[in-house]
Amino acid sequence: MLEYDIVVIGGGQAGLAAAIEAKKNGIDSIIIIERDKELGGILQQCIHNGFGVHEFGEELTGTEYAERFIDQVNTYDIECKLVTMVLRITNKKIVEVVNSEDGYMCIKAKSIILAMGCRERTRGAIIIPGTRPSGIFTAGAAQRIINMEGYLIGKKVFILGSGDIGLIMARRLTLEGAKVLGVAEILEYSSGLSRNIVQCLDDFNIPLLLGHTVTSILGKDRIEGVVVAKVDKNRKPIKESEKIYECDTLLLSVGLIPENELSKDVKIRIDSNTGGPIVNQIMETSINGIFACGNVVHVHDLADYVSEESKRAGRNAAKYVKGEIKNSKNVIGIISGKGIRYVVPHYIGVDDIEEYIDLFMRVDRVYENIRLSVISEAEILKEVFRKRVCPGEMQKIKLPLFHFKDRKISSIKIEVREGG
Amino acid sequence: MYDVVIIGAGVIGTFIARELSRYNLEIAIIDKENDVANGTTKANTAIIHAGYDAKSGTKMARFNVLGNEMFDEICNELDVEFKRTGSLVVAFNEDDMEKVKTLYQRGIRNGVKDMTIVGKNEIKDMEPNISDDIVGGIYALSCGIIDPWNLAIGLAENAVDNGVKLLLNTEVIDINKTEDYYTILADKQKLKAKYVINCAGLYADRINNMVASPSFIIKPRRGQYFVLDKDAGNLFNTVIFQCPSKFGKGVVVAPTVHGNVIIGPNAEDIGDRDGKHTTAEALDYVRKASLRTSSKIPFKKVITTFAGLRADTNIGDFIIEESKEAKGFIDVAGIKSPGLSSAPAIAKYVVKLVDKIAGGLEKNEKFNPIRKRVLRFSKLNSEEKKQIIRFDSKYGRIVCRCEQITEGEIVDCIRRKAGATTVDGVKKRVRPGSGRCQGGFCQVRVMEILARELGKDMSEILKDNIKSYILTGRTNKGEGRC
Repeated sequence: MLEYDIVVIGGGQAGLAAAIEAKKNGIDSIIIIERDKELGGILQQCIHNGFGVHEFGEELTGTEYAERFIDQVNTYDIECKLVTMVLRITNKKIVEVVNSEDGYMCIKAKSIILAMGCRERTRGAIIIPGTRPSGIFTAGAAQRIINMEGYLIGKKVFILGSGDIGLIMARRLTLEGAKVLGVAEILEYSSGLSRNIVQCLDDFNIPLLLGHTVTSILGKDRIEGVVVAKVDKNRKPIKESEKIYECDTLLLSVGLIPENELSKDVKIRIDSNTGGPIVNQIMETSINGIFACGNVVHVHDLADYVSEESKRAGRNAAKYVKGEIKNSKNVIGIISGKGIRYVVPHYIGVDDIEEYIDLFMRVDRVYENIRLSVISEAEILKEVFRKRVCPGEMQKIKLPLFHFKDRKISSIKIEVREGG
Repeated sequence: MYDVVIIGAGVIGTFIARELSRYNLEIAIIDKENDVANGTTKANTAIIHAGYDAKSGTKMARFNVLGNEMFDEICNELDVEFKRTGSLVVAFNEDDMEKVKTLYQRGIRNGVKDMTIVGKNEIKDMEPNISDDIVGGIYALSCGIIDPWNLAIGLAENAVDNGVKLLLNTEVIDINKTEDYYTILADKQKLKAKYVINCAGLYADRINNMVASPSFIIKPRRGQYFVLDKDAGNLFNTVIFQCPSKFGKGVVVAPTVHGNVIIGPNAEDIGDRDGKHTTAEALDYVRKASLRTSSKIPFKKVITTFAGLRADTNIGDFIIEESKEAKGFIDVAGIKSPGLSSAPAIAKYVVKLVDKIAGGLEKNEKFNPIRKRVLRFSKLNSEEKKQIIRFDSKYGRIVCRCEQITEGEIVDCIRRKAGATTVDGVKKRVRPGSGRCQGGFCQVRVMEILARELGKDMSEILKDNIKSYILTGRTNKGEGRC
């Protein structure tokens, strides 16, 4: 059986950053397993800019951003298997993989880093009634077809959901000569980044219909139109407000789901809020030595945050291989309080804290002029002011080590505090 | 000149074609669609009923019970997934229980074997997730679940292997009757046939009316369904019907042979033969009705919904007979539920009709009943996986992650006789895109393989029927990035 110190599953942004960091931390025996024919994952189809402001201090396209990491993988001579699928992992850290060249094989790992990313929510999952014609695409799949395969998907497009990929595709399709009729968002606010609403919709006069949804799909063979309706407070469509938009394409940008088939199969504990593994601050899952990072843990808004989180996973996987992770019973739970949908990490392993802990979180709705408070019992450990927060934008709070050193804290809670 | 032309390549048409290929006959099976199994066969509950439901004395009752018994052999010969799970009809109160007993008696009259009246505890033992509100029901051992698409596809492949010609994209425009034969005008072709068998499903009345005066009217009846993720696949072990009551006919919850859960259908009489769309109202009805069977059905695990049309008629029973006005023209129409369950027996019966009309048929000594399906990589053990990849490296490339489908399987299903030519055709045969991501990852890869295998450009690849194009041309840059 092949043996490696670290097997990284997924060669997208998370996997690349984790592998490079593990290598920098003294581990030579690393292999990245990637199902596609090149490294970089979804970044390879992101030809728009806006990447790398935190990481490199400059604005790059997604492909350029990926290239910087791929170059490092090459420089460090990290082994990769492309067009290779992981079929299964076991709790003994055996990774079963398959490809055309090597066939079926098992790889024994000392540590595994899960970096499988996420997939898109589909028409079926959100149950849009109507016919089942061609011309319905998830936004990411459409992005791949246009930017990587070089084909067009339609001429008159309606978009459901205002997730970032949908917004970016509104602009992309317009630039390719398609007419984008509008973007419907069932919520009263967009789940995308504000900058994307301005640069991708407003700049091209594409209407954003907040509080609207698609109630039916029309057309027998190719989609011929969608019925769009306003929704009431309970997100139920209002029949009287229905309007038909004639279109030949419907794009769906209605959410991303962490891709955890492998994790669930090996019975790694999953958080039902994030859809990803429950992790501590070093990104270790409920199985010692199996780490997870990037969109497989929770869906990120910025690639830079993925890089940051993944480096932490890579660094600590390296430590694990070297026997430097203590994994003691000394843990602090993290609770999502009022106004917080989720926080990653889920708990803190006190004896393995690095210099600081990054808490990533999403709020449950739009708030203005609030404080995000980190509380331990009655004591406020840290508080940050935010002029505006929305679920579409991840919030980050840095907690230095001194908060935890030599103190008995059983749990911390993060909550939104309004007013005052 | 053909001896027999069969119109319609659904499960009934393909079954009859395969059974007739046991004899020395020149046979063609034609369909207006670009694939077999694209009508009612594509969208139904995928159940082989025991046979207690149909009124005693009807063709439906007779062929259901006869057909049911034939499925083990046929699925064995054609390598089609079929599992006798047994079925329950559950009663929620004493009134229901009375109806259950009536159904039981009817089952006995229809000749259904292995039925028992069961109490609440027995049902709870079989189905731990079933509602506590049930009081009892019927258990029928012979009920099963099947892959209806691969049944029809397997039948078509086997029929073609045994000499039948399959003509797709061949819509019948008109049929002319002369003294000794029929001339079928189908698109630009003229097909001559001594005998014509009308298996045109939702369009069977129109085909009949081309040679005879109207004797029945097709009344499409729509049913809508949910399909749940394999995560929920262990929820139920048997096919569970609700006892018909004042709440309506009730809906079925059942496991599928692929490991999902299917929930549905409702029943709506609609005028439109193309009305295969789902509606929020009907889906809501199905959801609520199914929750009576079990409140544990996780509707957040829905991966898709669909609607199917049954070809009901004003006659109320299957119509399987030689036209009174057109000698040698056989209607096989109104094959609504339990049509799939009855299909093997219907096919045998139609062969008898042809035999009678033709004055005897000569056996085809070369008939081979065996067809092997595309292998399933995901079901192989590690040694078999290694072997198959050594044999053909395409089995080493997984194209659909959700269902673990390899390129080798996709290529096989395209290269076969009666092979796939569309994205949905590949999906029906080997299932890429049937999983939880619904083709988000694999669709474009399946398109690439189809284009390569069929010698077409990507932009020519269709989702399903002839007008269901997917791509609309090249981007400004023309060649794409890589």
